[in-house]
Amino acid sequence: MIWSWEYAWSVLPLLLDVIGTTLLATLFGFLIACTFGMVLAVLGRSRFRVIRWTVNGFIEFVRNTPLLVQLFFLFYALPLSLGISMSAFTTGVIGLGLHYSTYLAEVYRSGINGVEKGQWEAARALNFSKQRTWTRIILPQAIPPILPIMGNYLIVVFKETPLLAAITVMEMLSRAKNIVSRDWRPTEPYTLVGILFLVISLLLAALVSLLEYKMAQRQSK
Amino acid sequence: MGTTMEKQPQTAPETVDPTVAAAEATVPMVKYTDVKKSFGDLEVLHGINLEMAAGEKIAIIGPSGSGKTTLGRMLMTLDHPTSGTIEVEGEHLWHMERKGKLVPANEKHLHMMRTKIGMVFQHFNLFPHMKVINNVTEAPVKVLGLSKEEAHDRAVEMLRKVGLEEKLDVYPAKLSGGQKQRVAIARALVMRPKVMVFDEVTSALDPELVGEVLEVIKEIADEGEMAMMLITHEMDFAREVADRVVFGADGLIVEQGPPEQIFENPQSERLQTFLRRIK
Repeated sequence: MIWSWEYAWSVLPLLLDVIGTTLLATLFGFLIACTFGMVLAVLGRSRFRVIRWTVNGFIEFVRNTPLLVQLFFLFYALPLSLGISMSAFTTGVIGLGLHYSTYLAEVYRSGINGVEKGQWEAARALNFSKQRTWTRIILPQAIPPILPIMGNYLIVVFKETPLLAAITVMEMLSRAKNIVSRDWRPTEPYTLVGILFLVISLLLAALVSLLEYKMAQRQSK
Repeated sequence: MGTTMEKQPQTAPETVDPTVAAAEATVPMVKYTDVKKSFGDLEVLHGINLEMAAGEKIAIIGPSGSGKTTLGRMLMTLDHPTSGTIEVEGEHLWHMERKGKLVPANEKHLHMMRTKIGMVFQHFNLFPHMKVINNVTEAPVKVLGLSKEEAHDRAVEMLRKVGLEEKLDVYPAKLSGGQKQRVAIARALVMRPKVMVFDEVTSALDPELVGEVLEVIKEIADEGEMAMMLITHEMDFAREVADRVVFGADGLIVEQGPPEQIFENPQSERLQTFLRRIK
């Protein structure tokens, strides 16, 4: 017998028990990615070359190295090299956030570049400060068109959370591994983890679609 | 050079030092001194000297590529002159004095100077994510620090002036080109600038919508308080509204004078050729 419904039902609560960790890691990681990505996008337009170079260097470095290596570095190397020690969950969230901030910076950049030059000029002619120009004029126009892409990155971040198992975060995959080690029945736990990821991903995708629909409606007003 | 110098009414004449008042009356509203502008290796303005008096309306005409728009954009601090100086009410626009020397202006100085200048753009540049009323009230609230009520009243007054008081709650996407441009005019007027640049404000409009925009500008011009730089291809409009017409070509001011002189009795061959071509 490959599949036992009875066994599957018995391990499901154990997996659901840690689903909160997965969702929280996704949420906080994505929030960091959105916030820091915005900082990178804005600094990337600095008139100071050294700032632009630093930002671009950081983006290239992070995007061209594996997330798993970055997580290992943050969790194992950082405490020894710089004396900075954080819990596995915090490290995982920061790792996910920093990694995807570089992708979101590019998304923001495309959104910002999509705002017409005349909008910057009108803001300047009306004497808006730089901060007001960003917050009241540019970002409100730059962000709505990129919301669907940002939504897709939310799903990507969610699907990357099993990597946190590598630094001892007890999320769904870690729990499944523990169950498999205990019971030596890999089919049900791993299948259930896959199904749970699928269901939540589909829900998030539906949320993104709803967002797109609402935006299209708003634009047609 | 400026031909009309309107003396501003003094509210308390007995307190005004006559020498100061005389000096103020002779200070031009805008003064370009040997202004050059290059984009890369291409010099588009070769040393412009031009003055505008307070309340004066000047029309800048000339062929495409003559640097007309650049002249206005430099006044609005959108383009930096390569050399030369621009003054507004006797104060340097792109420079500031520090220890007796002229140094490039910092953002604070530019911010202060911009309160005197307004601009209406060829492509309107309305904020598409804001309703008409918010387009017009945003800057008075956030920049001038007016209360929302005060800004709203001022905005409604301006929108009434341009004939759009019934469009307060409409997004720009629902307006015609002419209506958009009239909102843009109201948005600039609400800041009460002392000098306003109108940069080819009808060039992006369908021919049947040009009239409504020009009519609004004429009405504003008739009020007489604000200096206006009208960069335009509309010769009849320039003739009707401007106190002085400035003809620029190849990055230089070739000829300037009252509209009658410029259009009826052009002196330079370049202007004669230009007027022949556009007839």
